[in-house]
Amino acid sequence: MSLDAATVRRIARLARIRVDDTEVETLKSELNAILGYVEQLGEVNVDGIEPLSGGAQMALRQREDYVTDGEIAEKVLANAPDREQNFFAVPKVVE
Amino acid sequence: MSIFDLTIAQASAKLAAKEISAVELTTAYNDAVAALNPRLNAYITTTPELALEQAQAADARIAAGDATALTGIPIAVKDLFCTEGVRTTAASKILEPFIPPYESTVSAKLKAAGAVTLGKANLDEFAMGSSNITSGYGPVENPWKRAADQDAKLVPGGSSGGSAAAVAARIALAATGTDTGGSIRQPAAFTGLAGIKPTYGRCSRFGIVAFASSLDQAGPMARNTEDCALLLNAMAGFDEKDSTSAQREVPDFTKALNRGVKGLRIGIPAEYRLEGTNPEILALWDKGIEWLKTQGAEIVEISLPHTKYGLAVYYIVAPAEASSNLARYDGVRFGKRVDGVDLIDMYERTRAAGFGPEVKRRIMIGTYVLSHGYYDAYYLKAQKVRNLILRDFTTAFETVDAILTPTAPSAAFGLGEKMDDPVTMYLNDVFTVPASLAGVPAMSVPAGLNAEGLPLGLQVIGKHFDEETVFAVSAAIENAAGFSALPELRAK
Repeated sequence: MSLDAATVRRIARLARIRVDDTEVETLKSELNAILGYVEQLGEVNVDGIEPLSGGAQMALRQREDYVTDGEIAEKVLANAPDREQNFFAVPKVVE
Repeated sequence: MSIFDLTIAQASAKLAAKEISAVELTTAYNDAVAALNPRLNAYITTTPELALEQAQAADARIAAGDATALTGIPIAVKDLFCTEGVRTTAASKILEPFIPPYESTVSAKLKAAGAVTLGKANLDEFAMGSSNITSGYGPVENPWKRAADQDAKLVPGGSSGGSAAAVAARIALAATGTDTGGSIRQPAAFTGLAGIKPTYGRCSRFGIVAFASSLDQAGPMARNTEDCALLLNAMAGFDEKDSTSAQREVPDFTKALNRGVKGLRIGIPAEYRLEGTNPEILALWDKGIEWLKTQGAEIVEISLPHTKYGLAVYYIVAPAEASSNLARYDGVRFGKRVDGVDLIDMYERTRAAGFGPEVKRRIMIGTYVLSHGYYDAYYLKAQKVRNLILRDFTTAFETVDAILTPTAPSAAFGLGEKMDDPVTMYLNDVFTVPASLAGVPAMSVPAGLNAEGLPLGLQVIGKHFDEETVFAVSAAIENAAGFSALPELRAK
């Protein structure tokens, strides 16, 4: 199976990355090379095998649900590209 | 003997004996960084003044009798660790500018031990690469040269390429790295260093810019196994800020170095003898087997039958996790923003301008394998094969104590080589990826030079949380190899 240009554009859209027409062609061949390589997993029999999601040999730890920090708005906002008082500013979403 | 010849253990002894001061040591390294970094590009950010302040504090601490083995030791920190008040880039233009308001746990532990930070080391963008050429801040030059071609620039490996080049060129005494599929071990092998990827969960991931969270692990890179053990002693340990941090005691890893290998059973996996592997690499591997046998280890032929699928699993799982982790770079809360006609357009323009080509490729592959209709065929399938790879190791470790393999399929290659397509570059990680997928500890130790005069490494893989045996076997190889070659391009 190989990706066509329309699928590459759809993936780029899902990934929120703007691509132009020349990039689509390059990406198409590169992504197809990677997908072609991973096709070999098709030959592995995984009947009855559970998926392994993590590297940790343990169950995730539980913790008490309480606030451990806060009142650091200036720190949180210090790297904001744009802000209005104590908020991150973005282009208008709802007219 | 030059001050740059000192290992951490030796420098620490001289600091304790007041034969040198931390300020003298740091000043020498600051000067060496200033002299060599413009050429090597091993650091993205240098912090000489901060280093000097830390060195003064270290001298005070030594005078007060409150020093650790790392107090006053000048190191490089991979620029993937967030450092409070010091620019952190992950080698990506999308984090320009970003000054973390907090410190990663691992770098905080090193600071607390009194280590001096010379600067932030270059890397592949978001740690995605095996040659350091994907860095948004330019490639790193490997200080090692081919004997017959001193002008050709070679890569230091990646993704911890800046860390590797800095330690090899002696513009850092040691460095931190991170390893997702080989990013500590392969650059260590390419630059004649020792480097260990500890067991997943051994070092906290808190404050390390995330690439693939189920694989990312921090570890040390240094001149020898002893220095790595000293660093890992300080870096490891439980951290409640990382939900996958292991609640385990941290042993003194230096105590394992002299255990020897007598009576240990060392597995040699048949599947790592890949067709077409460089005969020099295979010959070195055979030498390593011989060294361990001579020192009393029992060599056992083993099988890790799913080895050949490791890379394919990795190049589904890691991009999938990356596509999720890197969704946070949207131009809203930190880093770069490129304005657009609406919010979506702003996201798309910001990410198009901020990410380099390799990062875009991986985000898109990850997005695809997680997308509706393809999740089961790619992502779920890869997770199941990942479990088979873990089982391979679990089964092998029922009969052996450690596994010996080559670290990488070649020595350092030239800048611009292996660029034909992404998969050619990915094959660099063929020997390192399986241990990452299984979460087991693995170390690369320099074991010899190839015919061109370039360093080659051997990899020792251990059981979960048995870094001690990994250190014991690695130290035995180190002793037998007697690797003492140095790159000509270095601080002297």
